[in-house]
Amino acid sequence: MLLVVEQFLNGLQFGLLLFLLAAGLTLVFGIMDFVNLAHGSLYMMGAYFAATFVAWTGNFVLGALLALGATLLLGIVLEFVALRHLYGRDHLDHVLATFGLILFFNDAVRLIWGPAGLALPLPAWLTVPIAIMPGVYYPAYRLAIIVVALVVALLLYLVVMRTRIGMLIRAGASNREMIGALGINIKLLYTLVFGLGAALAGLAGLMQAPILTVQIGMGENILILAFVIIVIGGIGSIRGAFLAAIFVGMIDTLGRAFLPDLLRQVLSSTAASTAAPALSSMLIYLLMAIVLVVRPEGLFPASRR
Amino acid sequence: MTASLNARNVIVALVVAGLMLLPLYTSLSGNVFALTLFTRIVIYALAAASLNLIMGYGGMMSFGHAAYLGIGGYAVGILAHEGIGSGFIQWPVALLASALFALVIGALSLRTRGVYFIMITLAFAQMAYYVASGLARYGGDDGLTIYKRSDFGGLINLSNRVQFYYLCVGCLLGGIYLIWRIVNSRFGLVVQGLRSNERRMQAIGFSVNRYRLVCFVISGTICGLAGALLANNTDFVSPAAMYWTRSGDLMVMVVLGGMGSLFGPVLGTIVFLMLEEFLSQITEYWALIMGPLLLLIVLFGRGGIDGLLGRLRRG
Repeated sequence: MLLVVEQFLNGLQFGLLLFLLAAGLTLVFGIMDFVNLAHGSLYMMGAYFAATFVAWTGNFVLGALLALGATLLLGIVLEFVALRHLYGRDHLDHVLATFGLILFFNDAVRLIWGPAGLALPLPAWLTVPIAIMPGVYYPAYRLAIIVVALVVALLLYLVVMRTRIGMLIRAGASNREMIGALGINIKLLYTLVFGLGAALAGLAGLMQAPILTVQIGMGENILILAFVIIVIGGIGSIRGAFLAAIFVGMIDTLGRAFLPDLLRQVLSSTAASTAAPALSSMLIYLLMAIVLVVRPEGLFPASRR
Repeated sequence: MTASLNARNVIVALVVAGLMLLPLYTSLSGNVFALTLFTRIVIYALAAASLNLIMGYGGMMSFGHAAYLGIGGYAVGILAHEGIGSGFIQWPVALLASALFALVIGALSLRTRGVYFIMITLAFAQMAYYVASGLARYGGDDGLTIYKRSDFGGLINLSNRVQFYYLCVGCLLGGIYLIWRIVNSRFGLVVQGLRSNERRMQAIGFSVNRYRLVCFVISGTICGLAGALLANNTDFVSPAAMYWTRSGDLMVMVVLGGMGSLFGPVLGTIVFLMLEEFLSQITEYWALIMGPLLLLIVLFGRGGIDGLLGRLRRG
């Protein structure tokens, strides 16, 4: 029972982190029609910045905020210098160009911080286990991640649904040419959206950093998951990304936790221990395959283009 | 097809001649490294050519093509591990496994278009990567060593570097010939038509997904052959061969060489891998240069090397 609750919360936490990553990706794609593979690199930079700033300042929260700002700045600079020339091009061009950026970022990180990963230690007040239910303890930091991610998700929802900027974002996701025709400063909007996406990626990276090590290439694996989430949720749709992310996070975590035991009931022990890891990593992709068969445009597509 | 003496044809002829005569040079100069380098280049050129079939001619941007390199390689590796060393069994199994994988993935992925297709193929290739990483019996993450190369009886000795090189070149030229025949056949024309204007082809009455799927499977099978060759070349197979960055490398090779041109992939692969080799001799951080270079190529290079040569002709 304890294990189920803990894994459930882990799944929720993982799903929310995936949402932060996927939200940025789906925003950038929905509005600028830009496929950004370097999004994973921004995630990685957020983690590296956090490890560095926390070590400099000695204060976890301050270091995290600085890292967030740094990633936001990096995203804006990247958009301004390199990526804005690629708007309107074929998606293949986006893929190849951002692929080159991934190579660049990986080596740049290796040059600056070295090939070994960094560690981001947690302050004492975040390592205490908190009793969420009588007798059920959960690490404070993971709870903090859930809370922060939910707050950010709520803020994102409020911004997108209740402010003028959000209205422009939603309009851009539905019909890009129209908002240009209506006289909105498209370039500024694009830069802001890209910066927002970068900040979200950086936040996901720095929050995940104390749990997993900070290392080169950490963004690539999770980027694939973000893509899967966008496909399942529907491109350009933040609501779709949220639901799909929670779903994927749960399935991945719960699958990895309980599938070996489930398989052991049915198969022999050796067969189960070989099949289980392979099968649990395949679960997400099986889910994506099912969604593709049933509803190729995603579960909650943003526009009816 | 009248062959005219223009820049592109001359360069292609020179390159092919160079590839054929390379072992002569290496045996005279003793530079064995060049032979091993070019064996790898030729194998990747075959893989890039197979990707060009669906990307350049078919308009299907598959970001998961490296999966077939892995599948072909693992077919050889797993069979060798289980004691079946005969190439006559290993290689057909490699081809069949790749074809099967392509059939299943293609059937699912071709329900989508554009960027969805790119992401789906990427995700499925990563799935193959994770499955291979989970195969503890066959090395998992560490990979699987192949102690003896595929045995073809008295026909050809793959352990002999020169013989193996010529086999690879033969496979490359054979693959390109096959692609040439496909592209110029009625089937190939339909596939190219589907790239140009899918709706019109549908209106004429062609079954879009069926033609695309067949093309996809053919492409995957050829790449599976490249995978079997690669496993023999390195005497080793690991999930890293299927990692998505390898798929990205293949895409770069195709785009660099010029999509939709017959020998473009060969030129693109040669340039890409030699650039990689050259840059890593200069600095350990070669990707710092390679990455932005790629960005610049995308921004300013239209049509790849083949397009460049074509413009020289008209120039």
